[in-house]
Amino acid sequence: MPDARPTTWRAWTGQVLLYTMFAAAIGVFSRWPVYHPIGDDQALIKVSLTHAGKPLGECRAQTEAELAKLPPNMRAPTKCPRERSPVTIEVDINGTPALRRVAAPSGLSRDGASALYQRIVIGAGEQRIAVRVNDDARQTGFPYQREATVKLAPAQVLVIDFDAEQGGITWQ
Amino acid sequence: MQRSNDASGPALLAAWRRVEHGFDAAFGSARNPLRQLGALGFLAFWLLAASGIYLYVFLDTSAAGAYRSIDQLAQQQPWLGGVLRSLHRYAADAFVILMAAHVAREWLHGHYRGFRRFSWLTGVPLVGLALVSAIGGFWIHWDRLGQYSAIASTEWIDALPLLSSPLARNFLSSDAVNDRLFSLLVFVHVGVPLLLLFGLWFHIQRLTRAAVFPPRSLSAGLLVTLLLLALVLPVTSHAPADLASLPQALRLDWILLFVHPLAEATSPIAAWAVVAGGLALLVVLPFMPQPARAPVAIVDPANCNGCRRCFADCPFAAITMVPHPNQRIGKQMASVDADLCAGCGICAGACPSSTPFRSATELVTGIDMPQATIGALRGRLQHGLAALKAERPIVVFGCDRGARVESLAAPDVAAISLLCTGQLPPSFVEYALRDGAAAVLVSACREGGCEFRLGERWTDERLRGAREPHLRANVAREQVSLAWAGVGDEATLRQALDSLRCAVGGLRHA
Repeated sequence: MPDARPTTWRAWTGQVLLYTMFAAAIGVFSRWPVYHPIGDDQALIKVSLTHAGKPLGECRAQTEAELAKLPPNMRAPTKCPRERSPVTIEVDINGTPALRRVAAPSGLSRDGASALYQRIVIGAGEQRIAVRVNDDARQTGFPYQREATVKLAPAQVLVIDFDAEQGGITWQ
Repeated sequence: MQRSNDASGPALLAAWRRVEHGFDAAFGSARNPLRQLGALGFLAFWLLAASGIYLYVFLDTSAAGAYRSIDQLAQQQPWLGGVLRSLHRYAADAFVILMAAHVAREWLHGHYRGFRRFSWLTGVPLVGLALVSAIGGFWIHWDRLGQYSAIASTEWIDALPLLSSPLARNFLSSDAVNDRLFSLLVFVHVGVPLLLLFGLWFHIQRLTRAAVFPPRSLSAGLLVTLLLLALVLPVTSHAPADLASLPQALRLDWILLFVHPLAEATSPIAAWAVVAGGLALLVVLPFMPQPARAPVAIVDPANCNGCRRCFADCPFAAITMVPHPNQRIGKQMASVDADLCAGCGICAGACPSSTPFRSATELVTGIDMPQATIGALRGRLQHGLAALKAERPIVVFGCDRGARVESLAAPDVAAISLLCTGQLPPSFVEYALRDGAAAVLVSACREGGCEFRLGERWTDERLRGAREPHLRANVAREQVSLAWAGVGDEATLRQALDSLRCAVGGLRHA
């Protein structure tokens, strides 16, 4: 019966060559070409928040008749709407609008937090950044505002977040 | 007879075969890595598991300690820890490359339909699990590359409207990456490969003697290659992760992390379309219009003695043994699962009842192929030999999926093509010689290249007397030759025939 295992020097050379090519493919493409996620003179602003907007409507006192229809353990004196306001955020960079987003509340009843995550690549250096947030649909304008001049180093990441307990818009 | 993988088939398949034949010249057909891609993938997985377990022993699974622990391992144990760390990465690269090549090869050969549908479909999720495992591995090192991959991955996932809160917020600042999150990442990197292993077990369920280890020489070759690569080009860390800035230059592993640049160069949704679309295409392929399935094997209880040879030889686990209907206690017979049957006829070649020496006018065997019965094979052999007027006629048995034996047409040749050479009971070789043939040439596909996985292997072992049913010892071996000739190897077959002619001529004159 035939022997299908080649043993000549050419076969051995072929094996070495093919193994080397395989190793070379892994060795090269596991590190090359070098990838540049961001340009040398660029920085990044991450605008992100997760915040529950204010209730969409006012709480109101329940009438005696309404309370009487409820089981005794559910007779709360006031009734508040579940639905939350969407959160609107605007970002201007050097006076130019860079972002305007309206983040809808999450959940089937739209009673959850609004969430947003947005990357804005800008040039490194000094930038005038203005951020405005409105979390109450019954109110016009922006109850939360912050504006500042920041100097961003190349590849620096500036995180713009929102934390109502810390006074609203935060920068890191 | 219809030839589904004729050499004039799709250009891509023909090109693949040319490359495969080139590898044959270096490795030999039985040890050709292109025919062992699945087994090599398994080996890469075992290497990943072994090196990963060692790394896990030293990994500090806290956000602050992970980077330091891996870096120190490479510094304090350059020969073991450092090499194993590099081996872990390179084995992952090898696994993905082998997996991609395995998918491409099986697709080109049409191995996604019919009885192979189960293996194909259970393989598709493994592609996704492999990529998830690979990407997650970079995160737990928590260097600049891990930082980039974690943020790019979560931003990519956030592009789908699945979660109410963006996952990427977990990596907004160093404070956000706490030990609890890090433990979760480690758990995912250990858990997903375990799922992958479970999926691999499903993937090979319908294969008999599935190769989870390649031949020893190939195993050694892959291991030595990856070890040398780890020694020559050790994997090194980037700087520790720092979420206050972006890495500006990364030695990106394009084999494992290609999806990040893809998403950034196009858009996250476009990258999802490419990845999900590719996987969806793989899922849909088996359900596309396809040729009618080959008829499946049929068992004749009256001729089945329950010897279990077909059960042992079936490459796709389509045969089980069931109680024989003759009610005799302990007596069994074969039963064919039509969904699993490839219609190759290897079972008929294994059946001891498939002997042409039986005196019955109509030769009925224990298990047979309705489209090409053993009885019909005896008739073709008798007719073919009777038609030859040459002094030293030669019978050639071949395979519908291999080299075309019809191409050997000559006044001294009776060429008979079978569904698979494995369908040939060795007794037919002896029968042909007794019936007037001067010699018998059996043509099997190149070693490891059988369309039905094991046909060429069983044929070789049966003719050598190493497997039942075997060619009897009293048959002169000089009159029998086995040629390894797959699709397009007609020249090899012709050469084997010429050699046999010479040998037989010499025998007669001696």
